[in-house]
This record gives sequence, C-alpha cells and structure tokens, in this order.
Amino acid sequence: MKKKRSSTFYLLMAPVLLWLILLIVIPHLDMFFRSFRFESDNGAMVFSLNNYLSFFEDQIYWLTFVKTALYSIGVTFLAFVVTFPVAFYLTKVVAKKYSSFMVLLLLIPIWIGELVTIYGWMILLSDNGVINNFLVGVGLIDSPIVMLYTNFSMTIGLLYMSMLFMIIPMMSALESLDDSLIEAASDLGASKWTIFRQIIIPYTTPGIASGGIIVFMLVIGDYVAPNILGGKSSLWFTEQIYNKFLATFNWNEGAAFGFLLLMLSSGIIWLALRLTGQKLEKVGS
Amino acid sequence: MKKLVLTGAIVLSLISTGAMAKDTLRLLTWKGYAPAKLVKDFEAQTGVDVKITYSNNEEMIAKLRATRGGGFDLAQPSQDRISFVQAKYPVYQPIDFSRVNTAQLTSSMVDAVKKNAMVDGKSYAVPFCYGTTGMIVNKKLAPEANDWSDLWNPKYEGKISYRLKRPLLIATAFGMGEDPFALYGDKAAYQALMKRVEAKLIEGKKLVKNYWTSGDTQVAIIKSGDANVISGWDGKGWSLHETNPDIDFLAPKSGALGWIDTFAIPAKSKNLDAAYKWINFMLEPKNAAYFTNQEGYGTASAGAIEFFNEKTKANFSRSFSKADIDNIKWHPPVPDGFETIEAKVLDRIKAAK
Repeated sequence: MKKKRSSTFYLLMAPVLLWLILLIVIPHLDMFFRSFRFESDNGAMVFSLNNYLSFFEDQIYWLTFVKTALYSIGVTFLAFVVTFPVAFYLTKVVAKKYSSFMVLLLLIPIWIGELVTIYGWMILLSDNGVINNFLVGVGLIDSPIVMLYTNFSMTIGLLYMSMLFMIIPMMSALESLDDSLIEAASDLGASKWTIFRQIIIPYTTPGIASGGIIVFMLVIGDYVAPNILGGKSSLWFTEQIYNKFLATFNWNEGAAFGFLLLMLSSGIIWLALRLTGQKLEKVGS
Repeated sequence: MKKLVLTGAIVLSLISTGAMAKDTLRLLTWKGYAPAKLVKDFEAQTGVDVKITYSNNEEMIAKLRATRGGGFDLAQPSQDRISFVQAKYPVYQPIDFSRVNTAQLTSSMVDAVKKNAMVDGKSYAVPFCYGTTGMIVNKKLAPEANDWSDLWNPKYEGKISYRLKRPLLIATAFGMGEDPFALYGDKAAYQALMKRVEAKLIEGKKLVKNYWTSGDTQVAIIKSGDANVISGWDGKGWSLHETNPDIDFLAPKSGALGWIDTFAIPAKSKNLDAAYKWINFMLEPKNAAYFTNQEGYGTASAGAIEFFNEKTKANFSRSFSKADIDNIKWHPPVPDGFETIEAKVLDRIKAAK
C-alpha cells in the first residue's frame, strides 16, 4: 500500500522546491534559451548557434579558457599540498580541545570577505609593502622584489580564499581514520612514506576529491582575485563573461559563455573522477 | 495551518505598506554624487526619503535593462551612453524640461547634452557634473611626463599604469596624433584605427606595472609608489594632491577627455515628483558648489562658482590653462556596435604577452 504524504510533508517541501525552481531552474532555463538567440544583420533576434561557435572560432576565447582551467587545476593541487599537513596536524596530532579553536581561527578570513582580504594582500605584497619593507630593512635584499600584480600574487589570493574548503572535507575524512591502522603498519615495519601512500592517502581520497571539486569550482569561477591581484596579463574566463554582459551588452553571447564554463568545468571534474576511480556519490557524502 | 497562512499574509501586507507609506526616491548613481549632508538637507526640506544605490555606466545600463527601466526613480549615466541604449532598449523616459529649473544651469551644457541624448526628437538627460580623464603624475619622480604618449614612454618603464577600458583606447589614439571622434561616422576607418591602437598598446605593455580597475585601485597604485605615471580622473588626482603635494592631475598635451554625467529618468520611475525635486535641488548653486568642493568635479550649475572654496579654484587653475580647456575632447555619443569592436581589442591586449 502506498503511503499517503501528510500536508506537513508538502509544507516542509515547499521552501526547498521553491528555492530550486525559482532560484536555480528558472534562471538557468532563461540563460539557456537566451544563449541561442543571436542578433542578425538586420537587427532581428533569431535562433542560432553563433554564440557558441564564436567561442571556438576566436582563439582568444578558448585559449583563455584553457589557461584558466590549467591554472585552476594547478591551484587546486597546490591547495592540497599546502593544506594536507594542516588537516593532518589538526585531526591527528593536536589535542581535541585546541583543534576546534584552531579551526575557528582558520575560519576568520571567511568572516571578513574576499575583497577585504585581497586588499590586505595588496598591502603586504606591494613594492613598498610590509614584506618588502621588512626584507629591505633587515638587509636581506637591496631593492624590493616585485610580488604584487604577478601570477604569484594571484595564486596566493586564490589559495587563501579557497584553502579552507579543502581543509574541512579532508579533516572529516581523516577523523574517521582509525589511528590503530597507522600504528599497526608502523609495527609491521612500514616506512612513513609507505604509510602515507598506502594507508592515509587511499583512506582520505573521497575527502580530497570533494575538497578538490569545491576548490576547483571556486577558483575557476572567481572574478575578484584574478582581476585585482592578477596583473596585466591575467585574463580570466569569468572576466570575459563579465565583459560580454557589461561592456558589450551582448547578454546572449555572455549566456552561451556561462554555459560553456559550466559544461567544460563539469567535464573536467568528471574526467578527474574517472581517472582517479572515484564515484561522485561517494565523494558527495 | 490556517493560522500560519493568516500570519504570513499579515506580515507581508505590513512590510509592503511600510515601504509604501513613506515618499521615497530610489537613486541609482555614482559614489560621491549624493553627499550625506545634501541628502540630509533634501530629506529635511521635502520629506522624501532618499535610497541610494552606487553603480557605474556599464552596471547602470545592465540593471535598468534587466528591469526594463524599473526599480529606480532616477539614474545618472554619462551623456555619451544614453542615446544608443535608449534606441535599443527603451529604459528611460523623456525629460520634461518645463519641470527642470534650467535658468540655474550653464545653457551651453544643457544644449549639448540635450542634443547628445536625443532619440526621435525627444531628449533624455539633464547635465549634472563634468570632469576629465587625464593623467595623474608623481611630479618629483616623473617631472617631464605631460602627454598620453608618456603612457608608452620607455623612460617610465615599470612605473606606468592605466585602466584598460574604452577611454584609454580613445586617449591612445589622441596620443598617436589621430582623432578617433572624427571617425565615429565611419566604422571601417575606426576599426582600422583601433588595430593601430592595439598594436601600440601591446608593444607598450612590457612597460606597464599593472592595469588599474577602479577608483580605489587607481588611487592605491600611485599612492603606494608602485606607479608614477598613470591615467586618471581629475577629482581623484586633486584629492591625492592634498595628501601628497608631489602627486597631481594634469591635462595631457594632446587633450584631456571630457565627460558629462547627467540625470536621466528610468521608464518605470514611480516618483517623478521627487526625481525632479532632486534634480533641481542638486543643481542649486550652493548645493552644486558643496558637491564640487567635496568631490572636485565641475558642475553644470551656473552660479556655483561663487561658492567654490579656494582649494577648488586652485585645483582648476593649476591643472588647466586656457589652452588646456579649449583642447578638452568631449565624448560624443558612442555609435551602436563600436563597443563590440573595442571589447575585442581590449581582450587581445589583456591576453597578450
């Protein structure tokens, strides 16, 4: 016998459905239909694939996308390298009561907001900024090192805002790793590297993968850090979408580019999951 | 369940009547264009509540286009960005000049804006303020920089900055000795000129420290000493001059670019009364002078000059000789489709090595 849903069920479902339909499904459908409309020579709006084709025809667009994607993969990998020791330390080494306080400290940059932290980095990295002043002051270098407005400063900005989203999933994966597994391996004579490679990494892969997905998506879709910290050659794909909407008023091409970003970055994630043998359902949990 | 719906309905009606009860003016403008003191005076004088949203030309157009001219009662786009937008997406309504106190305005400016913002014989804008895009230079470190062409002068390698947007393409053309505005009627010739501008800027890219992107980053890059020769706005240059006398705004030899920002009324404005009241209030000589003294930008109000303070007068006379003023290149309305050409050029420069 089929169970009859109570009215309370529908009442509780309503906000979720409204959210999904009004804020996600309808806007995407609108963008989707818009992306196929093209202004013909006589000014009429016609159905056309031209908006999508222009991405592949004009070298600057797909080249920018490739650059953005490769860079995002690089930053994601760096985020893993930088944060893994932190996550390991917080879950396995430090006492529980301190670790939750430390996680709280890690959250602070998120409270402040991306734009403010980026201006903070500008003050630190500028030619006459805090770091250069200090290094020149103690006599380590003679003239300031150029750090701001380079790929270096952009990477720092992107890493800084996305790091936390890598740490948290890795921590939850590491927390469920039984210490006795490590101890047993150690008793059986495994080296530290072997333990890391054979036990810790395989066990935490779902955490790394879900952190990696979040970081990759955040970085490839970021606008502020590449724009402000990135220097004169840091053309990010999101910037081109922004320009389509705001500088040339071509919303249709902008919508097409938005969809291309969504599809291509989803494709990259799918590929990465296949290559590492992960399942999305497992990673998502 | 019934109770819940009822409460919800009551709350909703309270919220909506609460917002409607008071007379409000929803203003879409630029930062600094509605000084707090004037807003307070206006609210005290008229009882109208002013709600301000800060924006820029591109976002203003995008916002109004998304709502088909709704959501705001008064906007302040630049005069060269009105007619082509209005012709394509009707987001504004014609100005009723009988309700604007034009007697207190500089008539040549009113006429120029009226003409430039004309669509089908109706005009869509009243001038509010004007200013120029020129150069901000650290005179101690780069005493000889005085023209657009210094933005690709190897002498200032690594100390140059500008905003990579359409005014810079125009400025570069003037710096190369060309007249881009003369080609506004000839798309093919303009496209060829943009090709030459692109080549010039890509060649000069290695000399550039960074492209600034907003008023704040413009100030930051020269204040911190990361750059000494930058493109910039007169008001920003003059306020920098106050904190560091070495830094000042100057009108480039080949001509500063003049812009005029206006008042335009969105098509679905809900409070026309308040909109016209605000226009007339802001252009009263005393209030207009307060704005100019505060922000440094010139005003369309004719009598305001009497109320300028010494600092404002000094700024204008220091940066503009009589010849510089005559040489200001006022932006004519942008022809439809030109921004697409320029956007591609800008993308290619940004992506170049």
